[in-house]
Amino acid sequence: MQNRIVVTGMGIISAIGQTVEENYRALLSHQVGVGTLTLFDSIHKDHIKVGEVKSTTKELIQRLHIPEDNNYTRTALLGVYAAKQAVEQADIQDINAVRTGLISSTSVGGMDFIEQYYQSFQTDAAVRKYVSSQEAGDSTEKIADYLGLQGYVSTISTACSSAANALMMGCRMIKAGKLDRVIVGGTDALSKFTVNGFNTLMILSDTDNTPFDQHRKGLNLGEAAAYLVLEREDVALARNQAILGVVAGYGNANDAYHQTASSEDGEGAFLAMQKALIMANLEEKDIDYINAHGTATPNNDLSEGRAIQRIFGSQAPVFSSTKPFTGHTLAAAGAIEAVYSILALQHNVAFANLNHTTPMEELTLVPQKETLHKPIQAVMSNSFGFGGNCSTIIFTKA
Amino acid sequence: MKKVYINGLSSISIQEQTRNFTVESLKKIEQGVNEAHQPSYKELIAPAMVRRMAKGVKMGIYTAHFALEEAQIAVPQAIITGTGLGCLVDSEKFLELLLENNESYLTPTSFIQSTHNTVGGQIALHLGCKGYNFTYVHQNSSFESALLDGFLQIKAEEVENALIGGIDEVGKTTIINQQVAELVNTADTVFEKGINTGEGATFFVLDQHQAQTSYAELVDIHISNTKTETSLVDFLKQNSLTAKDIDLVFVGNCDLPVDQQYFDEVYNTWNQEEIVTYKEYVGHHHTASSFGLLLAAERMKKEDGIQYILLYNQFQDKDYSFILLKKC
Repeated sequence: MQNRIVVTGMGIISAIGQTVEENYRALLSHQVGVGTLTLFDSIHKDHIKVGEVKSTTKELIQRLHIPEDNNYTRTALLGVYAAKQAVEQADIQDINAVRTGLISSTSVGGMDFIEQYYQSFQTDAAVRKYVSSQEAGDSTEKIADYLGLQGYVSTISTACSSAANALMMGCRMIKAGKLDRVIVGGTDALSKFTVNGFNTLMILSDTDNTPFDQHRKGLNLGEAAAYLVLEREDVALARNQAILGVVAGYGNANDAYHQTASSEDGEGAFLAMQKALIMANLEEKDIDYINAHGTATPNNDLSEGRAIQRIFGSQAPVFSSTKPFTGHTLAAAGAIEAVYSILALQHNVAFANLNHTTPMEELTLVPQKETLHKPIQAVMSNSFGFGGNCSTIIFTKA
Repeated sequence: MKKVYINGLSSISIQEQTRNFTVESLKKIEQGVNEAHQPSYKELIAPAMVRRMAKGVKMGIYTAHFALEEAQIAVPQAIITGTGLGCLVDSEKFLELLLENNESYLTPTSFIQSTHNTVGGQIALHLGCKGYNFTYVHQNSSFESALLDGFLQIKAEEVENALIGGIDEVGKTTIINQQVAELVNTADTVFEKGINTGEGATFFVLDQHQAQTSYAELVDIHISNTKTETSLVDFLKQNSLTAKDIDLVFVGNCDLPVDQQYFDEVYNTWNQEEIVTYKEYVGHHHTASSFGLLLAAERMKKEDGIQYILLYNQFQDKDYSFILLKKC
């Protein structure tokens, strides 16, 4: 048992709160973070809804005590904000005292700033400091340097499963004896690039998103960052650190069906869930709650729903998507929902799948519509992305 | 713990060849921006597809194919890629249309192809590979991150083999922006922090089984944000080695001002004849070190008397990586 990988710290900034506690309260009180786009001007702003972090970029810079002359993108600032909280909760004083790593993730890196200055880099010398923020690793490097972390640092980008994959690689590094603890998660700020990208795919809803509903119209984009501190259990116990949850299993598989669409039978999702259950050494009936990917696109929810039915048959556990609260936060989603999964374990609660009215015709499954208090020993969290990328993580009680 | 072998490899770079390099066959680059020599794709990919495919995807599918063929593996158990800037050409295309047309008249193709894991996803689709599929995007250790992931999975017996690759594309506007920011050299100016950049794809097959085609044993990999005074010595020590045991060091230095004194440790530890540089052949782009590994692996297989090769890379005092190869 001493070699289990445990969660000892969490940090989060999302549309429904800027601490773990604020997020938890919002989830319980059905306080939604999705609303009108205000961060930048867009011709789509009256036809979409987004989950914005309710702080300006300037406010974030001030709160983090970063000098005014900096080249942090919003993506980097959100990342630093959440990672700092996670490190504080894990009560890490000297970050390099044991072998500590950082694995972050992002979908489009510093695109939120690149798109603002792309046409002025030639003429405006003052903004050229942002040229290098186009590199997806830029935000990770900023987080590492802010935390003073010298050791292993990396970044993963597998679209909307990115942060779940960062968590997996973090576990692998600890299991291999390369690290004693690792900070894992993801960060993504809203950008015109992604708003327009998803708009061309015609999967943005003009209403609040309605996961697993027959009449779902698509997703709402969101921005967020979340990080978790993972440690080998003996390392955490040696310093009397409270254990918030255990990473019991994980799996990644590829749908190998289409670059952006998921297969009808949810093969990739099925394989990912299956791998995670095997690694966790759990049976289907042991899962008490699934925090689904549930983006509310017609394609995802059908594919994921079918995959859940294939795994669990008619005995599917309580499941919900929390994306009506936060919007779909892309690369960060896996970390946001990992935090929510740990909260579900800590407080014995399954969160509500808001906005659901009509069950899907193709499925026998219906999501959990109201907050449900019940004993929870094991939570499954799904994250799927472009490129057929399917990831599942299972967390269990400490 | 299983051992890990490099059983197949292939590259596309500025060089005309894709493998079997000799020092005499390599031509040096002498300018800021260098595009890869494109092979004929038609035997591998239908011509209509070739026209639609992003350059990085084509280069990836091509080099993945030949690396797998050499290792005699049809479908790998994992596909892990590294890229600094991802599918840059499509990212630029989508962003430029968006800005020029004020968010109107956009089509999804370039957005879909702009995702950093496009190459890994497309190779999976091409091969029908449902296994593990990750993409690392951490600047100058992007490729090393992918290599480390595959290495650890084989060691821990999570998979028996893995396809690992580094891919980067040259993007026109990004280059112009990097040049005004003096981060990339021009045809005639070398900046203090400027690199001679390039593009390409280099793929490897890692396997737990030693085979006739095996180039080397991959012994260990280290990656860190920054370096301490003992990082290198510690790495060698963890592998029960000292600097004296290393026969050749492939170093990511290409003698430009941007490299400054950051490689002094290598030059102070080993003799000139034990040090090999490679970035002058492919450029200083984020995944150039994948080509360095290819050259090192080929050298080890070909030449007698080399027991250990170390690869030492960093950029501007960040993203240090060490890769250790052993004769097999």
